Amino acid sequence: MTQAAIPNLAPALAEVFLAVAAMALLMIGVFANAQKAFGRTQVFAALTLVIAAVLVISGAGGARVETFGGLFVSDNFSVFMKVLVVLGALGSLALAGPYLREHKIARFEFPVLMVLSVLGMFIMISSNNLMSLYVGLELQSLALYVLAAINRDRNRSTEAGLKYFVLGALSSGMMLYGISLIYGFSGTMDFDILAGFVAGHAPALGLVVGMVFVITGLAFKVSAVPFHMWTPDVYEGAPTPVTAFFAAAPKAAAMALFVRVMMGAFGDTVDSWQQIIIFISIASMLVGAFIALVQTNIKRLMAYSSIGHIGYALVGLAAGTTAGVEAVALYIAIYVTMTLGTFAAILAMRRDGGQLEEIGDLAGLSKTNLPLAVAIATLMFSLAGIPLLFGFLGKYYVFLAAWQSGLVELVVIGLVTSVVSCYYYLRIVKVMFFDEPDGALEPIQGAGVRAVLSISALVNSPLSYFLLLAPLAGASAWAAQSFL
Amino acid sequence: MDTLIKLIVFLPLLGFLTVGLFGRPLGNGFSQVWTSGLVSISAILSWVVFWDVGFAHNTYGVHVLSWVSSGDLSFNWAFQVDTLTAVMLVVVNSVSALVHWYSMGYMADDPSKPRFFGYLSLFTFAMLMLVTSDNLVQMFFGWEGVGLASYLLIGYYYHKPSANAAAIKAFVVNRVGDFGFALGIYACFLLMGSVEFSTIFADAANYKDAQFHFLGGDYHALTVICVLLFVGAMGKSAQLGLHTWLPDAMEGPTPVSALIHAATMVTAGVFLVARFSPVFEFAPDALALVTIVGAATAIFAASVGLVQNDIKRVIAYSTCSQLGYMFFALGVSAYGAAIFHLFTHAFFKALLFLGAGTVIHVMHHEQDMRKMGGVRHVAPYTFFMMTIGTLALTGFPFMAGFYSKDIIIEAAYASHAYGSGFAYLMGVLAALFTSFYSWRLVFMTFLGESRAPAEVMKHPHGANGFFWMPLTLLAIGAVVAGVLTHGLFTGEERFEFWRGAVWTTQGDVLDEAHHVHGLAKWAPTVMMVLGFLLAYYMYIVNKAVPQQLAKTWDGLYAFLLNKWYFDELYNFLFVKPAFAIGRFLWRRGDEQTIDGLGPNGVSSAVAFVAARVRKVQTGYLYHYAFVMIIGLAAAVTWLMTSGGGH
Repeated sequence: MTQAAIPNLAPALAEVFLAVAAMALLMIGVFANAQKAFGRTQVFAALTLVIAAVLVISGAGGARVETFGGLFVSDNFSVFMKVLVVLGALGSLALAGPYLREHKIARFEFPVLMVLSVLGMFIMISSNNLMSLYVGLELQSLALYVLAAINRDRNRSTEAGLKYFVLGALSSGMMLYGISLIYGFSGTMDFDILAGFVAGHAPALGLVVGMVFVITGLAFKVSAVPFHMWTPDVYEGAPTPVTAFFAAAPKAAAMALFVRVMMGAFGDTVDSWQQIIIFISIASMLVGAFIALVQTNIKRLMAYSSIGHIGYALVGLAAGTTAGVEAVALYIAIYVTMTLGTFAAILAMRRDGGQLEEIGDLAGLSKTNLPLAVAIATLMFSLAGIPLLFGFLGKYYVFLAAWQSGLVELVVIGLVTSVVSCYYYLRIVKVMFFDEPDGALEPIQGAGVRAVLSISALVNSPLSYFLLLAPLAGASAWAAQSFL
Repeated sequence: MDTLIKLIVFLPLLGFLTVGLFGRPLGNGFSQVWTSGLVSISAILSWVVFWDVGFAHNTYGVHVLSWVSSGDLSFNWAFQVDTLTAVMLVVVNSVSALVHWYSMGYMADDPSKPRFFGYLSLFTFAMLMLVTSDNLVQMFFGWEGVGLASYLLIGYYYHKPSANAAAIKAFVVNRVGDFGFALGIYACFLLMGSVEFSTIFADAANYKDAQFHFLGGDYHALTVICVLLFVGAMGKSAQLGLHTWLPDAMEGPTPVSALIHAATMVTAGVFLVARFSPVFEFAPDALALVTIVGAATAIFAASVGLVQNDIKRVIAYSTCSQLGYMFFALGVSAYGAAIFHLFTHAFFKALLFLGAGTVIHVMHHEQDMRKMGGVRHVAPYTFFMMTIGTLALTGFPFMAGFYSKDIIIEAAYASHAYGSGFAYLMGVLAALFTSFYSWRLVFMTFLGESRAPAEVMKHPHGANGFFWMPLTLLAIGAVVAGVLTHGLFTGEERFEFWRGAVWTTQGDVLDEAHHVHGLAKWAPTVMMVLGFLLAYYMYIVNKAVPQQLAKTWDGLYAFLLNKWYFDELYNFLFVKPAFAIGRFLWRRGDEQTIDGLGPNGVSSAVAFVAARVRKVQTGYLYHYAFVMIIGLAAAVTWLMTSGGGH
């Protein structure tokens, strides 16, 4: 570390911009008229995210670039995942307005915190060192803790924030301990050096234990079983737009980080971690499929659904191959669209001036609001992985990758749980189309909700087989090249 | 001529498709006239073909499409028109056309005419496919097609549970026969490697000593094939054992009974055996079986017909009995006589059914003869027509039945084949019964005092031209069909006429049949007169006799009234055990075992487990943290013990 000069900022231009813009947004929020503060910051935050995405994309196409003394890396994979994170954040930001205003929590801090957590995610995605990994992780987590508790006058929201914070701190502690073990046994925190260190021979036990601790922390962030316990409570307690954000962007970022650590730092010792990933993948798929069966609250249902989907994504990671990484990237991209759409639909469930969250409230929706019912049905079919819809494609690629790696049992279990999970997705469709309506829902409020819902329903419709499949598969293949 | 034959077969299909698909928008009137018109054209063309084939001595093979060509198995959609087919074409299309017209009157009040006429046309098409086929598979197609149409038409009044039950019964009983037929087709292909008639018939002689080796036994191959085919014929033609569906089939509208369950479909079995005469001739055992089953059916059905009270059921048992005649004629190798009887029977039996239908119509849908009587006052023309039909059926001299039935009985007498003596006796006795129940029907229905409600007799439903025209045409047929054609079918010109369409090995029994001595020859006629006198005495002169007889011979009466307890026997032997097995498999096998351990068991287990695992989600932070630590500990332990590191 002899460089005293300013490091090369070009690869991290988007991050630098986000950091500066977040401060600027804070200023705008503080100095703007209290009535207009939220609206302004929301618009500017959206603009900031778009610019950040443009910066990310404009830096793409080059070879892998490291900066900050190897702490930070920019490659195809980071570009792909960062764009995904921005999409997730933009989507949930678009959903937020009406809900926050109605619940009188439309504070200007909301968009600012979102931008800050996106900054944390960017750093996570681009981290090439256990230290930058931890810094990015904490930056996004701290922002998320606050977001979860942003409705501080409501018990459920504060409870959600607190639970998330305490358990997050626990997982961070484990992770830090794991990092220290790894450093102790290998003498480095740099992924590239670590990769060289573990290559060729079986790693020391201490190193492996350290790796397990790190995996624990990462599994917590992606809410994989058995580190998922916070998810249902936080999803249910947090304000719905926040839940939408939780379910989309941080999942993508944490999954990207997961891939980067396992495939980057420990990519040459797949055997030592494959069993663990398989285990948490199976456990996640089982919990996601079975516990969801008995849920009646649609937000809790989506919590278990996201646990299950993370399980499927981890199937791709468990394959431990480039094809697996490609499948994970594709899966997460599809998952983000499905999740955002579903949460937009949940926000559209309103009657008598209040939000509804029970599945039974959707009864007979096809008779009162057919377009909404069709959109939700499309999303549910896609989540269930019915062929011809996008969700099927994601599952197909991860299972294919695992199959090619010889993980037949994993694929079989995945297929079985996927069949089981069909039940609760299809139950929603059944409730909407075959049950008698209790009363009509209110018309959808907010252009953002309408836009997100219709776009995601379109993206998940069979139409995208012709329009989106080729570019998306191409992009994820391109992203996976980083791990060749 | 090829085009003509195609038209004959496909016009009814066109009618069915038009009416079946667009019946509603096209309307009732159009549907009726369109289907009836097309079938009528078909009928006229059939007579042209009959003339050409029967008198100008042509035969035709019309290739339509190739159907299957797979390895050794290949056959086409093709029509083969020889004398046998031409006769069938005439019978099927003439009766069908007349029944179409008759139905316009009979079904005038029916709300879904397009459906009815569509079914009728569908039936006609299927029957034509059956009789024109040049291979077994296409014949089977037609065979199943007529079965389907019959099922649909018996169950036409689908709101009546009894009609649905009858339709299902007809279908299921026919399934038994069809299974035999299908096995027969397989056996044919197994033995001769072909399902095409031309090949089978040409090769039959080469296989006369062939054996099937099956389950450790050797069986004469041709006998096996013939018996299997005959089982199919028994089902379709309601022969003893598989006859139970026919009386119940009277649940269908009466024109249907006339068309399907008297004149055409039920004769398909006779047609099948006649068509396969070149094979049956090499299987004398099978022929003996045909003779005995036919004779038994003739006497059985006639005896049951003696005591039935439903006007349609009497005629139905009569049909069953007459089919028995045809079969034992086939059994004694008098194929020409069988087809001749088929031909004449179609006229007078359709006439009787349509006449009965008219009576039923006039009497406000009353079918019980005990509630009729004196109908001649309100329907004199029908009375006239029914009398002609009865004379023809009972074999009154120079009427149609006189020629055809007598030649059958004479053939049975003259033949030396196994079972022919039995067949002769049964045939003569059945002739007595036939005469008795036929006249009983006429007397109970038309003569004497009316036993119907006064209201009905005062306001009988009128019968219009749609009724008279078909009745009249059929009556003409019933009178002249025998006189004009007996020479062709069974007389001197028969060899010229058939030209091998039906074929016998050992000369021709009909020659001898024409020369049987006086008493044997006149026995049926004597029986006919005797039957008439008996009926006259019992139902006109001394009306107390039938009741007294029924009381004195109550056991016999109940036996006959309950149709020899066949239904009860089958119920006990097959239906109840089948239901018991079904119920066992359903409740214990499917619901308790498969569903219980399978879908239901899994789903309840899933719900059980999920409900419990859900309780882990307590909401307490320290529980959550505990689970995380446990997970971590488990993972570390796993890796340490499984040797992930060292």
